[in-house]
Amino acid sequence: MIDLLPPGAILILGGLLAALLPSRLKPWAGVVLPVLGFVHLLALDKGFVQTLVIFGHQLTPVRVDGLSLVFGYVFFIAAILGGIYGLHVRDGIQVVAAQTYVGSAIGAIFAGDLITLFIYWELTAVTSVFLIWAGGSERAARAGMRYLIIQVGSGVVLLAGVILHVVDTRSLDFVKLIGDDGRLATASVGVVLVFLAFGIKCAFPLLHNWLQDAYPESTVTGTVYLSIFTTKLAVYALARGFPGTGVLIVIGAIMTAFPIFFAVIENDLRRVLTYSLNNQLGFMVVGVGIGTQMALNGAAAYAFANIIFEGLLFMAMGAVLLRTGTCLGSELGGLYKSMPWTAGLCIVGAASISAIPFLSGFVTKSLILDETAAAHHVVIWLMLLFASAGVFHHSGIKIPYFAFFAHDSGKRVKEAPAHMLVAMAIMAVMCVGIGVFPQVFYQVLPYPMEYEPYTTTHVITQYQLLLFSALAFTFLQLTGLYPPELRSTNLDFDWTYRRLLPAAVRVTARVGRRVADVLSVAAGAVMNRSYALVHLLHGPEGVFARTWTTGAIAFWAVVVLGVSMLMYFFGG
Amino acid sequence: MSDHRPIPPVRWLDDRRNVKKVIRTLFAVCALVALLDLLPYKHHLHFDFEYWPGFYSIFGFVACVFLVLAATQLRKVLMRDEDYYD
Repeated sequence: MIDLLPPGAILILGGLLAALLPSRLKPWAGVVLPVLGFVHLLALDKGFVQTLVIFGHQLTPVRVDGLSLVFGYVFFIAAILGGIYGLHVRDGIQVVAAQTYVGSAIGAIFAGDLITLFIYWELTAVTSVFLIWAGGSERAARAGMRYLIIQVGSGVVLLAGVILHVVDTRSLDFVKLIGDDGRLATASVGVVLVFLAFGIKCAFPLLHNWLQDAYPESTVTGTVYLSIFTTKLAVYALARGFPGTGVLIVIGAIMTAFPIFFAVIENDLRRVLTYSLNNQLGFMVVGVGIGTQMALNGAAAYAFANIIFEGLLFMAMGAVLLRTGTCLGSELGGLYKSMPWTAGLCIVGAASISAIPFLSGFVTKSLILDETAAAHHVVIWLMLLFASAGVFHHSGIKIPYFAFFAHDSGKRVKEAPAHMLVAMAIMAVMCVGIGVFPQVFYQVLPYPMEYEPYTTTHVITQYQLLLFSALAFTFLQLTGLYPPELRSTNLDFDWTYRRLLPAAVRVTARVGRRVADVLSVAAGAVMNRSYALVHLLHGPEGVFARTWTTGAIAFWAVVVLGVSMLMYFFGG
Repeated sequence: MSDHRPIPPVRWLDDRRNVKKVIRTLFAVCALVALLDLLPYKHHLHFDFEYWPGFYSIFGFVACVFLVLAATQLRKVLMRDEDYYD
């Protein structure tokens, strides 16, 4: 009986029913439903597959295997912690949206065919947008609409790709789609479209901006949920469909490097984290692109670890937003005095994302870096190393420094609510646990492997890299070279569709109207002339409207006859 | 009605001298880990340049300085008013 229910269904159905609960009980649905869902998942055996034949096509609504399980586990854990973090929320829409969104993302992880994947893919888009709209501001409304268009667009591209792929191969199975040569150039159009759809959700460079645009506009809890599921679902989909696709190595490396420049100058600390998230996804994408079992383990492990420590950072910034009403670096500072627990937990998350040894980032990211080096991608490896130093700089130092230290903003607020501290503390414990006992954690990964992150060389070189990054930050602060936090908007690629494109449309419309004006004036003139001519000929005084005398008719008849006779005579 | 809350106690970090202590400690630790490169501890690295003494230290420092200075230049091109899009 329990087998009939796909993982995630409890959250989707339960989430909808939660709307009927009294508002004080509603947030508890965010804890109880994921716990039930997690228990349900644990009851399913690895290797379990559920199939269904519709219209002669075989669908696989559920497939439980190593790759889907590791994502499934961390999605449920994050959902439970997100629920605890959000226990203060009384807004029913947020509760329903969050549960249906998480349920759809989990459903997508366990989808064994492309049609099921597509349905869940679109569901994640239409459910999650309510979390952005729940932000309540005019900005949130607009950003949510842009987000929805892009996310649904990704689904439409996915569907087009799936249809072409099915026509080509007669198979709906969601398995490795890329050929063994790992080249997109030789793949079918359908497969390339599926790749593009995954790329939009994964925030590939130039397809990325919905992330930084929309996520920071959501609510305190909404942004935490959003940061976890959509993008990691995309990483999973890439790992499933496109392992070893060479171009992903380059795409991923660019993703790790270019968002961090924006992170340095961004003022809204939650937006800094979205740039950081974008950079983190890059590491996972490189792992998928390398495509060895070890690298895929690295991508999955890093996704797992990232969900926890990046979630922790988003939670800490959410708590700051809840208590102070702002997340702008220029307005914050000195909060360690009034929110010491939040500050401490935030530092654990920041240290983890920086891959400081004995924390979760270190034992997971090194899998990807080592495999990149083993495959002799020198330039890519140097980019990843640069991005690693950069992560420490903007997420590891900047986030805690500007929120909790820097110059004292004078804000004296209450510590974060107890339920938030509990959620953050559990995440912090997981960061430490994974970092200290990596071999236990590695058991969860899809493929068996032997890897020892704690070699003397590795630990010392990592400390050198990070401590000197910290030294650089200190040096830049002391010399005043560090750019101050300023209230500002930084243009990113969204400028092209928020300003350039509308402007281009406006200019085109204006030119079009001008041309139409000129044409209609010209056409009017031509019409007037023609009318005047017709009037001249057929009007009351016109030649053809005159009453002619019989004599005149006889005269003209003779003239016509005479002319035709002459023509006949000379022409003959 | 004025603020009745007691004046918060001065924290350890509020004293500039203590901040200096923190910074000095960082300098000392940096020097220590960098000097470890004088010992032949590096094994099983993938690239030759990783064995150069000071490679990771210099890379970390230069990478971050470059990142921040480049981003500062980027601000000149990209920065707009806070309500630019509104």
